Formats: sequence, C-alpha cells, structure tokens
Amino acid sequence: MTPARDVVPRSRTLDVDALLDDRGVRVIVCCGSGGVGKTTTAAALGLRAADRGRHVVVLTIDPARRLAQSLGLTELDNDPRPVLGVEGTGSLAAMMLDMKRTFDEFVESNADSERAETILANPFYQSLSSSFAGTQEYMAMEKLGQLRSRADADGTWDLIVVDTPPSRSALDFLDAPRRLGSFLDGRFIRLLAAPAKAGGKAYLKVISAGFGVFTSVLSKIIGGQVLTDVQTFVGSVDTLFGGFRQRADDTFAMLQAADTAFLVVAAPERDALREASYFVERLEADAMPLAGLVLNRVQTTSVPDLDAATATAAAARLEAGSRTSVTAALLRIHAERVATLDRQRRMAERFTAAHRNVRVAAVPALASDVVDLDDLREIGRSMAIPSE
Amino acid sequence: MPTPATGDGAARTTDWDGVRLHVVTGKGGTGKTTVAASLALALATGGRRVLVVEVEGRQGLAQIFDVPPLPYAERRVAVAPGGGEVYALAIDPEEALIDFLEMFYNLRRAGTALRRMGAIDFATTVAPGVRDVLLTGKTKEAVRRSKDGRPVYDAVVMDAPPTGRIARFLNVNTEVAGLARTGPIRSQADAVMEVIASPLTAVHLVTLLEEMPVQETADGIRDLLAADLPVGGIVVNQVRRPLLSPTSQTKARKGKLDAAAIMADLEKVGVVTGTDWLAGSVGAVSGEDVVSGLMAEASDHSERVALEQRGRDTLQELGRPTYELPFLADGVDVGALYDLAESLRSQGIA
Repeated sequence: MTPARDVVPRSRTLDVDALLDDRGVRVIVCCGSGGVGKTTTAAALGLRAADRGRHVVVLTIDPARRLAQSLGLTELDNDPRPVLGVEGTGSLAAMMLDMKRTFDEFVESNADSERAETILANPFYQSLSSSFAGTQEYMAMEKLGQLRSRADADGTWDLIVVDTPPSRSALDFLDAPRRLGSFLDGRFIRLLAAPAKAGGKAYLKVISAGFGVFTSVLSKIIGGQVLTDVQTFVGSVDTLFGGFRQRADDTFAMLQAADTAFLVVAAPERDALREASYFVERLEADAMPLAGLVLNRVQTTSVPDLDAATATAAAARLEAGSRTSVTAALLRIHAERVATLDRQRRMAERFTAAHRNVRVAAVPALASDVVDLDDLREIGRSMAIPSE
Repeated sequence: MPTPATGDGAARTTDWDGVRLHVVTGKGGTGKTTVAASLALALATGGRRVLVVEVEGRQGLAQIFDVPPLPYAERRVAVAPGGGEVYALAIDPEEALIDFLEMFYNLRRAGTALRRMGAIDFATTVAPGVRDVLLTGKTKEAVRRSKDGRPVYDAVVMDAPPTGRIARFLNVNTEVAGLARTGPIRSQADAVMEVIASPLTAVHLVTLLEEMPVQETADGIRDLLAADLPVGGIVVNQVRRPLLSPTSQTKARKGKLDAAAIMADLEKVGVVTGTDWLAGSVGAVSGEDVVSGLMAEASDHSERVALEQRGRDTLQELGRPTYELPFLADGVDVGALYDLAESLRSQGIA
C-alpha cells in the first residue's frame, strides 16, 4: 500500500508523535469545517497521547453515536469520564459538551442562588443558552478554560485535546465567542439595560433621537416583550461575570499561548481545503500556534505503478471477451481508486502550493466506521507514521 | 395548482408535480449544494425558469456554477437543456430586513441608518427567529411572485441549512411564537407557513450511505414530521457502483478470489508481461504484487459496498422515495452538474 502522504508529495511532514510527546504542549485544538472527521481525529490523538504516557482529557462537541460508544460515552453528562483500555502508564478521560448545562453552571457558580434563579428563568437567557448561534462556541471555550484551570490546579491532566463545534465556517469557532461577548457587552444592549451607564447624560442626549427610532422599530420587529427580557437579563448579569467580552478575550489569549497547538483538520476536497486555507491564514494573522494540517480520508493504492488509463483499457479488452470478467472488475476498481487519488492530489496541491510551510499528516480512508478503541488506535498509528 | 404551459413539463409526470418549492437539506459534507444545483438544472430542463437560493452566506452556489460571488439580486447562472434557465440568489438577512422595512413602513432610509448603527445585527441576534423569517420570507416571495397572471419562476430550490437545524429553521411560526403576537413579522411568518407547510413544498434530504448521515436523515425526517412539514424524497449522493457480483464480493472480502486466473488474465491483456513483471516497470513491481494489490483493493471495495448496502437498507425502512447519484471520481464541475441533473430527471424527481 502506498503511504497516504503520497497525496501531498511536496509538503513537509507533520510529526504527530513529537507533538504528542512534547510536554510543553498542554492544549491541542482540532479545527476545520463540518464533516471532515474532526471528532474522530481528536479522539484518536487523545488515545495515542495517552498510550504514550500522557494524562489526557478529550473534549468532544457532537460525536457520532458509535464514536461516543467507542470512548465509553453513553450519555451527555458534561463532565470528563475515564476511558478504560489505555496501554501503559498514561490515562484518558473524555466528555461531551452540554452547552446549556455549561452555561447554567457558569451562571450558578457566578451568582448567588436568588439571582441565578432569576437569570435561569429569563426567557431571553433560555433562548440564548440553548439555541443562540455562537453559544456553543462560547461554551466550548468556557469548558476548555475550566478544564485548563483544573489541570493546572491539581495536575489531573497534562494534555487537553479539544474538538470544535460544527460551525458553518471553521472561522466561526474563533470569532463566535468574541461576537457573543461583544454582543452582550455591546453599546446597544447597555443602552437598553441601563442608559445612564453608557456614557453620561450628555452622550444620551446626542443620540437619543436616533435611539428612539431604534427602539420603536426594534419593538415592531421583535416585540416589546423580547426587548424587556433582554433588558432584564443584561441588568441582572451586568456586574456578575467581569464582562463576557473580557472572558472571551482571555480565552483568545490562552489560545495564543505557546503551550497551545492548533491542528487544522480537512478532507482532500475542494470545500474542506478552502476552509482549511482560510483557517491557516487566520491563525497566522492572529499569531496562533499552528502545528499542522491533518488530512483525513486520503485514498491510497496498492498498485501505484498501474495508472488509471492502462487499467481501464485492459479492463475493456477483458470485457470484450467475457462481460463478467472478475479481473476486469478488479481493474476498474483500481482505475476508480487511482482517479480519486489523482483528484485528491490536485486538490491538496492547491493547498500546499499556497502554504509551503504547513506540515501535513495524511490519514488513509477507512473502509468501515470506527467502533472501538482499536479502530481509533489504528487511526492514530496511521496518522503518526509519516512515511515508510 | 399552477401548471406552467412551457416546455415538456406539462407532458411528463414527476414524483413532485405541483411542488413549487424544493427545500434541499442534508448533513454537512454530503453534497447538499451540489444536489440543490443539479435539481435546479433538472427542473429547468425543457424550457422552465427556476430560481435556486442560498441562505447561509457561503457563496456555495457561485462556486459550484463557477460564476463570480452572487450579489443580493437574482442572476442567471446557467441554461438548461431545451431552453431552460437557472437563476441564483444569495439571500442576505440584513438586506432582506431592509426590504421588509421598506415594504411595511417605507423605512428604507431608516433601515440603512439602523444598519450602520449595528442595530439590525442586534435585532437578528436577540431574536434568531426573525432572521429565519426573513430568509424564508424572501424565498416565499419568489415562489409567489407572478407577472401577467403566471408565476415568474416555475420552481424555486432552496439550498437550506443542514439536517440538524432544518425543522427549526422552516418552522418559523414556532420560532417567532415568543415574539410579538401581532405585527408584520408575525404575519410574515404566517404567510411563510402557508407555503412551507403545504403541498406546494417538499423538503428533500441528501445523504451518503454512511452511518452518521443515514442516522441524521432518519432524525431529520422525524423532526420534520413532528413539525407537520412536508417531507420530500431522499437523495443518496456519491453512490459507488458495485463492480463485482455479490458472490465475487464475498470472495474478495475473504481473500478467496482466484489469484492464478487473475494473473492469467493480466498476462493476456499485457498488464503483466510474460516475465511476470508489471509492464513498463520491469524489475520494479512483480506480477504477484499486482495481483495481491488488486485483490486487496477489491476487498476494500467490497467492504465499502457492504457498508453502503446496510445504509441503503436503513433508508429503505424510512419509506420515502429515494434517488441515487453516482460517486464521481473526478469530482463535480459544471459539466458534471448536467449529468447529475439528467440522472435526477430520469429517476422522476423532476
């Protein structure tokens, strides 16, 4: 079998084991667009790191049922559970994020019980905590922060591997927490909640005409009740959390630290690689530490020297003799496989040409789904072996 | 039911006659946009005019039709066989809100000012339901639009949000339930539901024959039915052609194909030369390597086909009309869209 990295012949190789063994790396963030195998990658990396002696916690967002089962996660309980079956002296824990519960706990631990109750009962809070676009990202970061504090305090874990939410765009994961933070800390919401705080009476006077139009149009659109709920909510959380934006900024800063490593996950397809490109460029722009690209679902071939055209022509000749020729079918299977590999190589080449310095780990496509730890172990192994 | 008198559409019957709005959803990575684009081409075939809309600001349609990024305006992006036309529109919620304010309050200028202040972002943020009403509202308007007594578009196709969010996205009535009980957003939501929760609409689900997408399809159908939304067909994308007979597949998976016979065939057609080397690579690759390599690939292929069959069985139990599109090893370009459209048409979805 050809190594999967034949799909990116000219790129630098990402040494996954060196990354996992580096004790200076405390957080690995797996990001990328939806449907590229981020969660599986995070789980496989976590298991491999644990097998190599590290104490790992994997934070998954929305794992497939079987993947969750393979980690022993049968329910969403928002707290890390030990995963049995690690080889050697390391350990592995895994959890699934429950975003509403994380938000609720966040409120409960930051407010006295009476105030917390008021907030939890507020209709705007309820829609914010369960369905608001961006809350999942914000809470994933909040949970990461919590795990990190716990790891620093008691040394339970020395490595946190994070999966990121299935956002519309990979960049949402970086931007959404701040967007939610600035939204909740934003000028409008403050004006609505407590006009006098926003900048004094003189300021208010200047903008009050525009603001009147604003509130009247707004209540026409969303209804007066919603506005009131928002005002009440902001009023009650105002001084509680040291500012949502501040919190989002702190997480952002944590992600810029040298002990964090980003892995961009992609599949060798146009859309996924385009998202990966955006992400790589964004990480560079924000000075975030990029470890490399994990390219999943790469096609491999056992007969690299037999090209698609030759195989197809040979199949046609055999079929002329016998329409049910098994050998012809084998040649056609091979031709399809090589054509897929060629297409993937062209797609990957566009990425590597633009990002020469990004290190790449290529992972071969699996014929079947992940069902147990051994399947994850196999993925980790193929990720870590750069070439023959 | 408006039956366009143009093209051959009047003469053919399809599985979705009478449907004017085709909503296409699917799990991320299943090829939802590709299917929406091919379906639009299929529906336009024979001289009809079809609009395909996207609502998530990804410019996926522009990429797939290979045209510059779409503005907030309907642009012709393709012609279909037999004189049909496909138009595309990327619906932007802010622009749609300003349209809306103008329509109801003649407030375009105020709307523009509000946008500068960031107020529109605020409004669509505190009440995400408003955003969805605006997106579906614009789509509904295109479905209903008519000129000289006949619809401007024979059909509208929506490249919709993914399966996990589709029922909530379409069920705008419930979404705005917490908002004003009367007023324009409320009436707009009602007008949207008149189209979306009616036989004018069909919600199609795109899937792959893999465990997760199949499961999400089942979940999506359950959610849609629970919300009384009209479930359409299932489009199975990227289906691998089984190249081996079932008996040979079983043998392939067990490694029991006849290696000697394969070697003889390969020699006969000159892939392996008389000296047992792969032609053109003498001294590098032995004939045996070629045979065992091809057998390993056949085993993978058979494994995959078996996995797909299990997925197909699960989908069968859902009892919906099912359409299959082939896996394209070379990827999807504009030319391939026409092939996929033809395939969809021949299966009766359009």
